[in-house]
Amino acid sequence: MNAGAVSSLALRTDSVAAPVAAESARPHITIRGLSKRFDKAVIYDRFDFDIPRGKLISVFGPNGCGKSTLINMVAGLIPPDEGQILFDGMLLNEIKFGYVFQNYREALFPWLRAFDNIAYPLKMMNVPKRERSARVEKLVAHLGVKLDLNRYPYEMSGGQQQLVSIMRALVVEPEVLFLDEPFSALDYEMTLFMRDQLQRIFMETKTTTVLVSHDLEEAVYLADYVLLLSRHPARVSDFVAFDAERPRSDATLSELDFVRVKAHCLDVFQREVRKA
Amino acid sequence: MKRIDPFLPILGVVALIAVWQFAVWNNIVDPVLLPSPATSAKALWAGMGGALGFDFIQTVRRTVASIAIASVIAIPLGIFLGSSERLYRSVEFIIDFFRSTPASAMFPLFLVLFGVGDKTKISVAAFGAMLVILFNVAYGVMNARKTRLLAAKVMGASRLQVLSGVMLLESLPQTFVGLRNGVSLALVVIVVAEMFIGSQDGLGHSVFEAQQLFDMPRMYAAIFAAGALGYGLNLMFLLIERRFVHWAGK
Repeated sequence: MNAGAVSSLALRTDSVAAPVAAESARPHITIRGLSKRFDKAVIYDRFDFDIPRGKLISVFGPNGCGKSTLINMVAGLIPPDEGQILFDGMLLNEIKFGYVFQNYREALFPWLRAFDNIAYPLKMMNVPKRERSARVEKLVAHLGVKLDLNRYPYEMSGGQQQLVSIMRALVVEPEVLFLDEPFSALDYEMTLFMRDQLQRIFMETKTTTVLVSHDLEEAVYLADYVLLLSRHPARVSDFVAFDAERPRSDATLSELDFVRVKAHCLDVFQREVRKA
Repeated sequence: MKRIDPFLPILGVVALIAVWQFAVWNNIVDPVLLPSPATSAKALWAGMGGALGFDFIQTVRRTVASIAIASVIAIPLGIFLGSSERLYRSVEFIIDFFRSTPASAMFPLFLVLFGVGDKTKISVAAFGAMLVILFNVAYGVMNARKTRLLAAKVMGASRLQVLSGVMLLESLPQTFVGLRNGVSLALVVIVVAEMFIGSQDGLGHSVFEAQQLFDMPRMYAAIFAAGALGYGLNLMFLLIERRFVHWAGK
């Protein structure tokens, strides 16, 4: 685990290397010596981290610390200045992954019906049309989504559009799913609904998921682990486990364990913010 | 009151004809210069079944030819130039300069190049329309949503697939703005060319000839035919746009 991680006595802050289960002992994603600067600001300086397999990781930290930059570099949207990111020892272009953007309005293709939006990544993989349809149908049935996929994105609500985005990311059966503040453009009611949709999807697929969030409640609620970053150059302030059973519900939010983990994260976060 | 809403656009037309008729009845304008609406309508009806109809088709033919040539050149070129902002910046001045040059000022040059005939009329109109379309397509491409391009890239789209599958469609709404402006400009240039550049037919020729012969009803008829053509072309592009670029502005 990262040397910068702070251990807390009150909480079980798991080491990534800890044997959760034999299968997931080996980290899924290894980040080594990652460096990135924008103009003069050093966002990452020889950053090392291991992302465990089959877990949902929330990334949380002060504004502008590089939360999104991290997943954008891991997902290949931004090239790092230095460093290496491996997925089971393979490079990004050797694996299948999904990415969900914050701005669904600009990430979906308005000229395609929802169904064809979801099938788009399969088309890019040269999957024949018949199989594309079958796989989308399968995903829809699997997730139990009740949506009219013959509509165009602009005919849908924000939550429905983001759900389509998430399905588009899932249709390739990704090994890793990245979500960059996926619910921050939605109203509170829709956010609550979408959280549970995402949780359900995660429980169904057990895909390694990296979620960037600016909402601590959401970050903890959804996470197996919360990755707390420091101000830039970003280091790991803490890597906090939250192992409440799934499915979690509104009741989870008032359970002692949740309240303690959230309070601990807030404490670490505040310490980071005050350092400036 | 709500029931008359669909008829509101007709209200203005009725009012205009009423004022026109009023002016004719009261001899406010010399009847030789301003024939009655009925006389003009009759001339239009008779003309469209004969010589004026032929001129109308000639003008349509030239306008369509010029806009087709302009589109075939300007749309691919616009996408190419727009796909690199630095590339576009390096030719922007030339495009803006010639876009600002009145197309009619190019007639003498094109006359030298193509002689007196259809080629000159069509190529000047195509030249003007091309720059308008080019400029709009390039801006459409340059203003393509970065997130959308990134999304396509992340899903494994190649450079060519991003260009043809995303950028092209992203620029379509702006392309149609260019096409509508381009067709209006092309019609203006064609009609002017038909008046003065040794023409034997076309609406411009028809208006000019009627005026020379002092056949006012026929002249008004030709003017209305030209107006109807311009309006019709614009409407046609709007309908195509609504059908194929259903997402524009949404």
